Amino acid sequence: MRENGILRIIARFLIPLIMLFALYVQFHGDYSPGGGFQAGVMFAAAWILFVLIYGLEAGLAVIPERAMFVLSAAGSLLYALIGLLGVMLGGRFLDFYPLLDDPQAAQQAGIILVEFGVGVTVASVVMLIFTMFARRRGDLGQAWHPEEHD
Amino acid sequence: MAIAVVQVRDLFSAAMLFSIYSLLSAGLFVVLDAGDVALTEAAVGAGISTILILAVLTLAPRYEKRIDRINWPAIGVVLVTGACLVWAVSDLPTFGQPDNPVHTHVAPYYIEHAYKDFGVPNMVAAILASYRSIDTFGEVIVIFTAGLAVFSLLSVRPTRRKSGKTENAE
Repeated sequence: MRENGILRIIARFLIPLIMLFALYVQFHGDYSPGGGFQAGVMFAAAWILFVLIYGLEAGLAVIPERAMFVLSAAGSLLYALIGLLGVMLGGRFLDFYPLLDDPQAAQQAGIILVEFGVGVTVASVVMLIFTMFARRRGDLGQAWHPEEHD
Repeated sequence: MAIAVVQVRDLFSAAMLFSIYSLLSAGLFVVLDAGDVALTEAAVGAGISTILILAVLTLAPRYEKRIDRINWPAIGVVLVTGACLVWAVSDLPTFGQPDNPVHTHVAPYYIEHAYKDFGVPNMVAAILASYRSIDTFGEVIVIFTAGLAVFSLLSVRPTRRKSGKTENAE
């Protein structure tokens, strides 16, 4: 699909917007609908659109498979470590109050950090699953044409 | 729409119909004022799961195999389960009553205290990430495990048989 000019230009225009909107959903989740889960899926969707247009090889050059593994584990670990940090500072597991002095600010910091962990994990796992299926097709590096394989 | 998804034999159209169905239910959630659920349904149901189903369809044959025989044990199981569920519905409290258990358990506490405790206007985010934080942690672990499971199933190189499934799809 890389040869199709319309698709390429529209994608080039849309992908940054989708990523920006994903970040907005991620970090504005406290004030409007959204949160880590939705933001992660959107971010992964932007990457998948990139792969559909430019091919899996180009997509893996941007975010290598190794990075997906590391990030998916790092997101869950961030969540767990925030929880354990509360334990270290004298609270219970996933208790955010000990993090900062002001109780409201502490809760908000905890929520934002935890949601960030969720977002990182969801985004990298979705990208990983997509990579696995796309790789399975065998023709690594070529754009994906579902309509040719009826 | 859901009936059409089950009826249609062409798996490609089934995937597309399912995507439209998800998008419609996302619209329904917007009408019901559930922004978070609508966002999730639109992103996951209509977007990512459709993409993943299409990715699977590039590996699998496009048309469903036609089965003419009726599977009586399956119909029996479905009927018994359905009858149990219908019978259980008669025990549910009246729909929309303010003194139903769902409205008297922890929900009023959350609604009254969420803003005071956190200063976060989006109550759903506050409840998910703080009051129900351990549940959300479990969800993250589930997603991580799903990624690991797909990796362990699909990272093995397909063995090149003479008439393997992977070759049929090409």
